[in-house]
Amino acid sequence: MSAWLPAFFGLVVALSLGPARSAYAMHIAEGFLPPAWCLFWYALALPFVALGLRSIHRRTLADPRLKMLLGLAGAFTFVLSALKLPSVTGSCSHPTGVGLGAVLFGPTAMSVLGCIVLLFQALLLAHGGLSTLGANTFSMAVVGPLVAYGAYRAVRGAGGPLWLAVFLAAVLGDLLTYVTTSLQLALAFPSEAGIWFSLTKFTGIFAITQVPLAVSEGLLTVVVFNLLVAHSRNELEELAVLPREVR
Amino acid sequence: MSRNVLLLLLVGVLVVLPFLVRPGAEFGGADGRAEEVVAELRPDYRPWAEPLWEPPSSEVESLLFALQAAVGSAFLFYYLGYVKGLQQGRRAVSRDALQGSGRPD
Repeated sequence: MSAWLPAFFGLVVALSLGPARSAYAMHIAEGFLPPAWCLFWYALALPFVALGLRSIHRRTLADPRLKMLLGLAGAFTFVLSALKLPSVTGSCSHPTGVGLGAVLFGPTAMSVLGCIVLLFQALLLAHGGLSTLGANTFSMAVVGPLVAYGAYRAVRGAGGPLWLAVFLAAVLGDLLTYVTTSLQLALAFPSEAGIWFSLTKFTGIFAITQVPLAVSEGLLTVVVFNLLVAHSRNELEELAVLPREVR
Repeated sequence: MSRNVLLLLLVGVLVVLPFLVRPGAEFGGADGRAEEVVAELRPDYRPWAEPLWEPPSSEVESLLFALQAAVGSAFLFYYLGYVKGLQQGRRAVSRDALQGSGRPD
């Protein structure tokens, strides 16, 4: 872990020396995507939510005790989505918290939980929106968990330590969520100079602010994961996150 | 456990650091910088939908955000306390069984 600290502080310092930006980086607001794009992202997100419902149903049917742990994964996303943290770009954004659930239950289960959190925020907080729910679900609850799960499997496959796999899963899942948000806005609003110009503009708002928050999310996810390893071993073995101990 | 405390301290540093490196920044302020960029790129674009309901004031909004965080952490720590207690109970039972002082089931 020691080798990571200098690298990570280097990153934070490098970012803090960048240009000052004022941004409120979060999900795409109500009505801020043209209707055709709203439908497009709904169509892309829905199959993952459906697969997720099936996956959750099968898992909890096989072992009802896992419902509690699934609740914990949802609760973690709920908490982190409510925490608007300051970033070194001089603006605020919030982490997503989907990495933990993706590592535990696989990516599609988090599509369901993420979608529920987004729906709550759209209805009660005017944060995100119903028209953009498909797009926001696709970025936070489809791409985020898929990237997180992929990163986790890649690190574990390469023989990397569990904490590093969990950390990178959370960091990259969080970051790529906001890269996807930038891409969605750039596709809907290409400038005369092309999509790339729009993409760098939106990435400057969404993705850069997110870097230190993604690191925070990674650290918090490792903390909760450590506690689960210490006290909830049976469930993690059941989910094949930890190898079964011979008792 | 001390490793977790260290990780939480690091998160604390990350949260405080922005105030030190950007003392004059707004940290929020104008809602939706992305919306400004949209207006810049496509001045003719008008949002075609409005939120069904908006929190009437920033106080009500902060209430709902605090509620969201409170409900989430309530469940999180309920679960952690529950599995920790379960584990300690199991250990106590097997220790008693090993010493032969525990009551048989």
